[in-house]
Amino acid sequence: MTTPLIKVEGLRKSFNGQPILDGVDFEIYRGESVVVIGQSGCGKSVLLKHIMRLLEPDEGRVIFDGQDIGKLSGRDLNEVRLRIGMLFQSAALFDSMTVAENVGLCLKEMRRHTHAERNRIVMEKLELVGLTDAASKKPDEISGGMRKRVGLARAIATDPEMLLYDEPTTGLDPITADLINDLIIDLTQKLDVTSIAVTHDMTAAYKVASRIFMLYEGKIEFDGTPDEIRASDKATVQQFITGRAKGPIKVR
Amino acid sequence: MNYGVEAIGRHSVSLISRIGSFFILIGRLIASLREIHRSFGLILEQFYLVGLKSLPVIVVISIFVGAVSAWQAAYQFKFIGAPPRMLGQGVGKAVVMELAPVLSALAFAGRVGAGITAELGTMRVTEQIDALHSMGINPVRYLVLPRVLACLVMMPFLVIFANFVAIMGALVVSIVGVDITYETFLNGFRDSFKVGDFINGLIKAGVFGLVIGVVGCYEGFSTQGGAHGVGRATTTSVVLSMVLILVFNFISAVILFRL
Repeated sequence: MTTPLIKVEGLRKSFNGQPILDGVDFEIYRGESVVVIGQSGCGKSVLLKHIMRLLEPDEGRVIFDGQDIGKLSGRDLNEVRLRIGMLFQSAALFDSMTVAENVGLCLKEMRRHTHAERNRIVMEKLELVGLTDAASKKPDEISGGMRKRVGLARAIATDPEMLLYDEPTTGLDPITADLINDLIIDLTQKLDVTSIAVTHDMTAAYKVASRIFMLYEGKIEFDGTPDEIRASDKATVQQFITGRAKGPIKVR
Repeated sequence: MNYGVEAIGRHSVSLISRIGSFFILIGRLIASLREIHRSFGLILEQFYLVGLKSLPVIVVISIFVGAVSAWQAAYQFKFIGAPPRMLGQGVGKAVVMELAPVLSALAFAGRVGAGITAELGTMRVTEQIDALHSMGINPVRYLVLPRVLACLVMMPFLVIFANFVAIMGALVVSIVGVDITYETFLNGFRDSFKVGDFINGLIKAGVFGLVIGVVGCYEGFSTQGGAHGVGRATTTSVVLSMVLILVFNFISAVILFRL
């Protein structure tokens, strides 16, 4: 039987006594493109940050390719992190650096490439996201959509096996959002990566996902394909995917 | 009543948690010294940003510190009929042992400490520090180590300039405003000058630099919330640094200048 690339077991996390994740369990296999949907503030980004171990769980564990990442530290943890790329909600670009420097930072710090190799990889990644012309610009000189694409180029700089997208289309106009969705699909195919995206944008979810999880009250409320979620008879699922204010889900 | 007890408990837990995370940062900072060779470029950049760029403000402050010290000392000496050469002695001692290190450190806390906290705090709330983690880069080695080392090394360097400029400021005021010759002032200064006092002043400056760097980085790293959180962290950083400078000044004086 195939080993899952990511296995999450009994993950629990509270902030100030308020449970956000209340026993999350799932497995994701290589090549899958998973989208996690749910209300704003339901813990989608928190879940993603646990996978990268940017947050420590109160209970439970995250296993990446057979390794419990909660037990790793120092170089071992960094090696796992280099196998996972992450696009942050705000893109999280370093504003003192140019676009090219942002994309190349990780390669520079890894010290495994010559200067020329690094430049070649940076330009290659920027070409994949269609931003070679912006290489020498600073983050504040480019648009929100371009910043997300730079964040994406930075996330794929080390050729990761898995990509995590935190709200990749939030705050973008519908056309730019669709461009980002196409880019995610394109990169997933070209780079043969497994991906997890969190979003509340159902258009993006249907377009990108091979499997959708719905997070509700700290647990996985639904796990299935886009067709299965459309056909689901769960009231919470139907309320969320059709975007209705009235229903069992309380508006926060 | 219950509310009061609950509030005290909550604040106590928060304080213990802050102290704990402060010492965790110190531990990580010490551990990151093993990788110092990977941060030489960043350290040199911080030497420039933290040290050389602070020089103009330290020079301006020091001119007036020296000038006002000479004026006030002359005013007091007039009443007790002290000999003119005592002006150089008194001002020299005050500047080298106390005024240059302490006032430079307070200005440094306002300029550099606030800058460090605001920068790192903004990086925290915009997920840039998380981004460093995600790229396998140790943020303490990448951000904290260069800034703390720059503060530790550049603070004494700035105090050397502050000493010189303050004495020059005092000299000019003594000649122009108090009508003392420069030989009298400098002879008085030379009589009282001890290399030990000067070195102790620089040691104090190093301690103050360390305090400013560590507090600035800690407050920046523990920033929560958005712009409001950054503002609050920056204020806390400056106030805490200034208080600690004065506390450590007293402790240093007791240790370094034995009665």
